[in-house]
This record gives sequence, structure tokens and C-alpha cells, in this order.
Amino acid sequence: MANHYTQLDHTADLRIRVTGSDISDLFKNAGLALFDLIAKSDRLESHEVIEVAATGDDPADLMVNFLRELLYLWTGDEKLVSMIHIMQLSNTAVSARVTTDRYAPERHEMLHEIKAVTYHQIDVRRARKGWEAIIVFDV
Amino acid sequence: MELKRLTPYCYEIPRSGSMNVPGRVFMSSRMANEMRETEALKQVANVATLPGILTAAMAMPDMHWGYGFPIGGVAAFDWETGIISPGGVGYDINCGVRLAGTSLEEKEIRPLLERLVNALFQNIPSGVGSTGSVKLSAKEEMKVLREGGRWAVRQGFGEPSDVERTEDHGCMTEADPSVISERALKRGAKQLGTLGSGNHFLEVGVVDEIFDEPTARTFGLFRDQVTVLLHSGSRGLGYQVCDDSLAFMAKHVKTLGIQLPDRQLACAMIRSAAGRRYFSAMACAANYAWANRQILLHRARETFQQVLGIGPRDLAMHQVYDLCHNIAKRETHTVDGRVRTVCVHRKGATRAFPPGHPAVCEAYRQVGQPILIPGDMGTASYVMAGTRTAMEQSFGSTCHGAGRVLSRRAAKKQAKGRTIQRELSDKGILVKWTGRSTLAEEMPDAYKDIHQVVDAVRGAGLSTRVARLRPICVIKG
Repeated sequence: MANHYTQLDHTADLRIRVTGSDISDLFKNAGLALFDLIAKSDRLESHEVIEVAATGDDPADLMVNFLRELLYLWTGDEKLVSMIHIMQLSNTAVSARVTTDRYAPERHEMLHEIKAVTYHQIDVRRARKGWEAIIVFDV
Repeated sequence: MELKRLTPYCYEIPRSGSMNVPGRVFMSSRMANEMRETEALKQVANVATLPGILTAAMAMPDMHWGYGFPIGGVAAFDWETGIISPGGVGYDINCGVRLAGTSLEEKEIRPLLERLVNALFQNIPSGVGSTGSVKLSAKEEMKVLREGGRWAVRQGFGEPSDVERTEDHGCMTEADPSVISERALKRGAKQLGTLGSGNHFLEVGVVDEIFDEPTARTFGLFRDQVTVLLHSGSRGLGYQVCDDSLAFMAKHVKTLGIQLPDRQLACAMIRSAAGRRYFSAMACAANYAWANRQILLHRARETFQQVLGIGPRDLAMHQVYDLCHNIAKRETHTVDGRVRTVCVHRKGATRAFPPGHPAVCEAYRQVGQPILIPGDMGTASYVMAGTRTAMEQSFGSTCHGAGRVLSRRAAKKQAKGRTIQRELSDKGILVKWTGRSTLAEEMPDAYKDIHQVVDAVRGAGLSTRVARLRPICVIKG
């Protein structure tokens, strides 16, 4: 999973480049990258499957709003996402089924406090092979 | 980007394109020559395009690349015709600094330092996802949002004089909890009294040098004195308020016909319903942050008393000041000879009001508002005072800290093979932290030289030096 994104330099925040074979794969990998930055899991124990939906004006806005919803699973409900299945995706709407794991200090090591998904330099585009996105998280 | 030298400590980005005003960057000629933050300069120019901006889009010498607005940025907008922007405040609304002095000298606590750092680490919840020792009911949370520091003191967390020596007395009266989302309330309910992670810290320090004896005495500071310096903010509640507001304003701004160079600059006219709504929500988060730092100071007091086996009177941990460095404020300033009501955004910048200003608490009105400038954890922090020049030049604002120079990734790379903890303990600084990569990401080399930043704001006349603090133990999230 970790090889679907790379960290880029940004003085104050966390900036990543995510890739995907198609746009669905890109959204999935972006969501997994977010949780890879939040916590390291020793052992996965899938607890609950949740449906997440978001809308946006364009793919970039949609990406920010989708990641916002996922981030709230952690910041609001202390759930860490371990698997993502994109069910439906258009340029302006996405719905996904995500498998979550309840935070447990003995199994999860916290890595970063991600304050927010920002619009700063947000970019979602077709790449030479597949799709890629640039996303900046505020930490 | 063109930089024109106006004075030895002030540079201008001349107006071009859709900029309504020029940019103004306070820094030394050395900083200007070594300026690599071209992205931050571009952000200053972007802010200058926003409606209603007055005089100049400004940046302090600790500026660096933010999102939308630069960190270290100051921008004032006309209250009637200008905008307010969540991006000009930042996610951590009322992220700020609190300093307390004690009756103790370094030699009295040196032998107990190890015990003290462990006890502080235990008693002050820190790190990602930490939850507070104060459980808030929905009703109490509303009171926190409305009353800020006063709520905390009423609950027994501190003294009325703490609130007296807090910017705005620890409460923005514009707060209206009815505009806060369920999500923000849920996050706020469990995090009151937590330090947070990243660059947030609690530092025990020693007054290393006094530059201005009478002012230091007024602030209650003396040489070799043990101090406590806190850096924290409004936690998840503030982040959620900012995020909710940005999501809304990104849509709202399209109805205004404003062309934004960056989506993160999303804004609303201050006087519009959307603008007022954000201002009321931001004020709630600001109040939450003041209550939070009030509780953190109380925990520090308890811990010192417990470890040293002394009572509050012998410890005399008195608050010097508490200030915010991520905020938007309604203030009165003289612009082009005319007195105007303005909305000053300070994102990684500190208020620096001069002697005699009515907003400076009575105890300090003769000498000016205290300014607290934390440096990196291995070097020093400064206590400064506000000036009339700051009122004239920068809407009563100055710098907020050292400012990052290395990205977190670059810092981790540089820290490889080094033991940062050992390097610090060799300098007599004990450090305890939670996150695996916190220490590497926050190591001294990741920040600009605090002395240079302070010299630049001093050179520009935005603040004067009062005292310097040297860290002896640090708690990091």
C-alpha cells in the first residue's frame, strides 16, 4: 500500500503525491495514504464496515471532501480505516464502503496528528500511466 | 519575485497584476539575500489581491510557506468593505503562548528536574488523539465557548489574575456557540486540557538574560528565575471550525464574483451573514483555546507543587501573559491619517500593542503589551514588548516564533543517525515526547535562528527585547 504514495517536501505541512491505475483506484489509495500517515497498525482487526459519501464541484473538490469525511471517522469517532472499496464515482460524487478498526493503543502507534485536508495546491489529474493527485495535509 | 528595500528591515513587493496594495516583508538584508521562501512571497502577493485590504499584505521575518495565506502573515481589511478568511487565521484558531514566572531559581530545581519532567509528562495529556482530564457536558461546553478563560478559573483552574493578564481577558465576546457544528462540539467535548502534538509544547525555562530591567520587573521576571512556557491552541474543535468554514466559503465565494488565485483563500465579506457567522465561530474556538491553556497552566502548577513539596504561595507561579498568534480581530487603527475599524488577520503573527494602549491590561499599560516568542527547543525564547512603531507600520503586529526552515521530511532525514535527545541533554535540556517522529521533526535545526528573527523585528522597531529564556526541560506531543 505504501508504494502508492510518496511524501513531497513542504516546509510546514505534509504534502503527498498519490497514484492510481484509474480514478477509482486513486481515491482508494488517497484514503489509505491518509491513514498510513495517521497511524501504524501492528495487527488489523476489522470491526465495522461504514458507508461514506461525498460530493464536490470537480474531481479536486471531491477529493478534498472525500478525505474530509474519512478523516472525521478518526477525529470524531476514533476509527481507523483499514480497507476502502469505492462503490460509485463520478466527477462530482463518490460513495465508498470502508472497513474500520477501533483505535487501541496496544495495536496502533500514532504517527501524525492530521489537522485537516487542505485545498492548497490540490490537484487531481490523468497521468502518463493512470491517475495522480497532489494533496496537502495540515499537521 | 521583485523585492525592493524600503528600510534596512523592511522590503516591498511592488504592486502588480491584480494586487490592490503592495506586499511588505519585515526582515534583515541578510534574510532577504538568503530568501528561499519564494512560495511564501507569492502568497503575500496573493493576499494583496483580496477585497478591502488596507496599506499592504504583510509578512514577518519568521514567515514561511503556508496554505493560502503565508505563516507569519498579517493582513488588515476595512470592516465595511473588506473580507474575512478562515485561511488567514489558520486551522489552529487561537494557537498561542502562555508564560508564567515562579519564585524559584534554577539551582533549586536542578536536582529534581528528572522527576519534574516525568511528572509533567504524566499529568499533562499530550500527543495525537490524547483526551483531556476534564469531561465536558454539552451544556458546560457551551459555557466554555462563550466564556473562555473565565470559565476555567470559575471551575477552580487558576486565579482571576491569570485572566486579567490574558489577551482580551481570555474571551472574545463575539462568540456564538449556536453556529458551531455537531462535529466540532463532539471533538471539543473530549480534548479540553490537552497539549496536542507537533510543535505544541510545555517548556520549563530559566531567565537567561534581562535586556530591559524596569519592564522585566513590571512583567515579574528576574535573572535565573524558573519559568513555564506553554504553546497550544483550540485542538480538534478549532480545526473543525476552520474546516467547516472553509468548505462553506469555498462555495460561498463563487457567489461574490471574486477571482481567487488559490482556493484556500476562500472568504466572505465581513459584514455579510457568512462573514459574521465565521467570526462568531472563530471567537468560540478562541475562547476554547484560552480555557485549554488555563487548564494546562493549572496542571503545571499542581505538578510543581507536588514534585517540590511546596504550596502555591511558595511556588508563586504567576502568569506573565497569554496571547494568540492565529486569529482575526476587530481593532481600531489609523490608516492614512484616518481612524478606521479594521479586521486584522494574524496567522503566525502576534499582537504588539504599545504603552498606553487601552487594550493592554492595566498592570502593563505603562510599558506595553508583553510579546512571547518561543524559539526551537534547544535554543531560547524571548519576551518582548509592543511599540508605537508596530502600531504605525504593521497594524500592531510582530513575529510569533522561529518559523520552520526544514520540512518535516527533510528534518527526519537530517536527524538520521543522530540522537537528538542526547544532543539536548548534553546542553542540559531534558525532553520527553510522545510521537515516534516528533523529536526528529521538531529538532532545533528544523527552525530558523530565533536570534535573527528577534533582531529583525527589533531592527524594524516592531518590538523591544525584555528578557531571554533558556529551556531546561521540554514536553512534546
